[in-house]
Amino acid sequence: MSEHTIKLTVNGREMEGRAEARTTLVDFLRDALDLTGTHVGCEHGVCGACSVVMDGVPVRSCLIYAVQAEGAQITTVEGLEGADGALSPLQDAFWENHAMQCGYCTPGMLIATHALLQENPDPDDEAIREAIGGNLCRCTGYQQIVEAVKMAAAKMRGA
Amino acid sequence: MKAAPFDYMRVASIDETCKALAEAGDDARLIAGGQTLVPLMAMRMARPSLLIDINGIEELTGIAVEGDELVIKACTRQADTLASDIVREACPLLADALSHVGHTQTRNRGTVGGSLCNADPSAEIPLIARTLDATMTARSAAGERRIAAADFFDFAMTTSLEPQECLTEVRFPIWRDPDTGHGFHEVSIRDSDFALAAAAAQATLDAAGNCTRLNVAIGGASPTAMRLGPVEAALTGTDLSDEAIKDASAVIADLVEPQGDVHANADYRRRVVRVMAIRAIASARDEAKE
Repeated sequence: MSEHTIKLTVNGREMEGRAEARTTLVDFLRDALDLTGTHVGCEHGVCGACSVVMDGVPVRSCLIYAVQAEGAQITTVEGLEGADGALSPLQDAFWENHAMQCGYCTPGMLIATHALLQENPDPDDEAIREAIGGNLCRCTGYQQIVEAVKMAAAKMRGA
Repeated sequence: MKAAPFDYMRVASIDETCKALAEAGDDARLIAGGQTLVPLMAMRMARPSLLIDINGIEELTGIAVEGDELVIKACTRQADTLASDIVREACPLLADALSHVGHTQTRNRGTVGGSLCNADPSAEIPLIARTLDATMTARSAAGERRIAAADFFDFAMTTSLEPQECLTEVRFPIWRDPDTGHGFHEVSIRDSDFALAAAAAQATLDAAGNCTRLNVAIGGASPTAMRLGPVEAALTGTDLSDEAIKDASAVIADLVEPQGDVHANADYRRRVVRVMAIRAIASARDEAKE
């Protein structure tokens, strides 16, 4: 069993911690780096609650061992807010549309749709549904999430 | 659900990978995208003592056309393959099938070679490899060999790779004839779920509209993707009319012995896989005519 020192950049800050090889990235973020915004759901790559952006693309942090993220650039839900701590336009639109019920899936939904909007500033319903296809909301609040993403997209485009 | 303890090492080249595999015991595993291996380890259905991480090996990543083959290096991400203009141009059947593979998050990590080595009976990439007679290149400390798709997929989740071998690339033949079309159809419970049944076809027509070349395979209804030789033979030389396709495909129900599970029973799979094959061949024909 090997243990490793892992250095990576999370939300623009260089961070370091130690973990066994078997520690997943999501457990490392939460337990070693105290970034508990990213949620642990199914722990086997089904629910998407643990989504983070890694080196520019959304991934499931329960399907990556922390040791594999050595040197990576990670954005978690904590990294979405502005420097002044204000909600991002996307987070604000989730709040505005009540795009959550219990809130458990919300960090993953925000990361998945944040990544979508980086790539496609004007997604249609189908593109939004495709982007959150890997994220389960067991309260089934999908409709408001789609509405929120559309509102955020419009706001970010200045429409 | 946490994986059992294991050792971890990162390798920087194919040679290093082969050396590590040769020195490790048989329960060492390569990890590429990890989108199947990590869940299996979390559920402790897999318990390797050592993970050899091949992510970041430059010579294992890339997409290129070499002669009449599309060559995809084993560790190329599914997302990059799906987004590739080279793939769309040289092997549109693969590009179509890739859009059904997993979700954005899993395609960003999952690799083409990983899916081939995993050999899931429902997976799209092995199905296309079988449909088009792709060739796998495997390397070990003892040397390199090429394995035809027909010999690569042994059984569900089982390939003919030796424990010391690393898949380095897959080569898809390119059909150059302009009157070529492809079709891919699958049924799944939700978009991006594993297929309950899937079919892929590629066809070439002559100037009179008769079929000169046809490859068809199905997935999800047999332990590995299955080529439909009798259907191909029956339809080659015909005009691929709806009637001809339907008649030739009747045999499929007798060729497959699908497994039933909680999502779909065996009878359903047997029926629906035939329908998928019919649709795939018809789509290939229609595109070839365009």
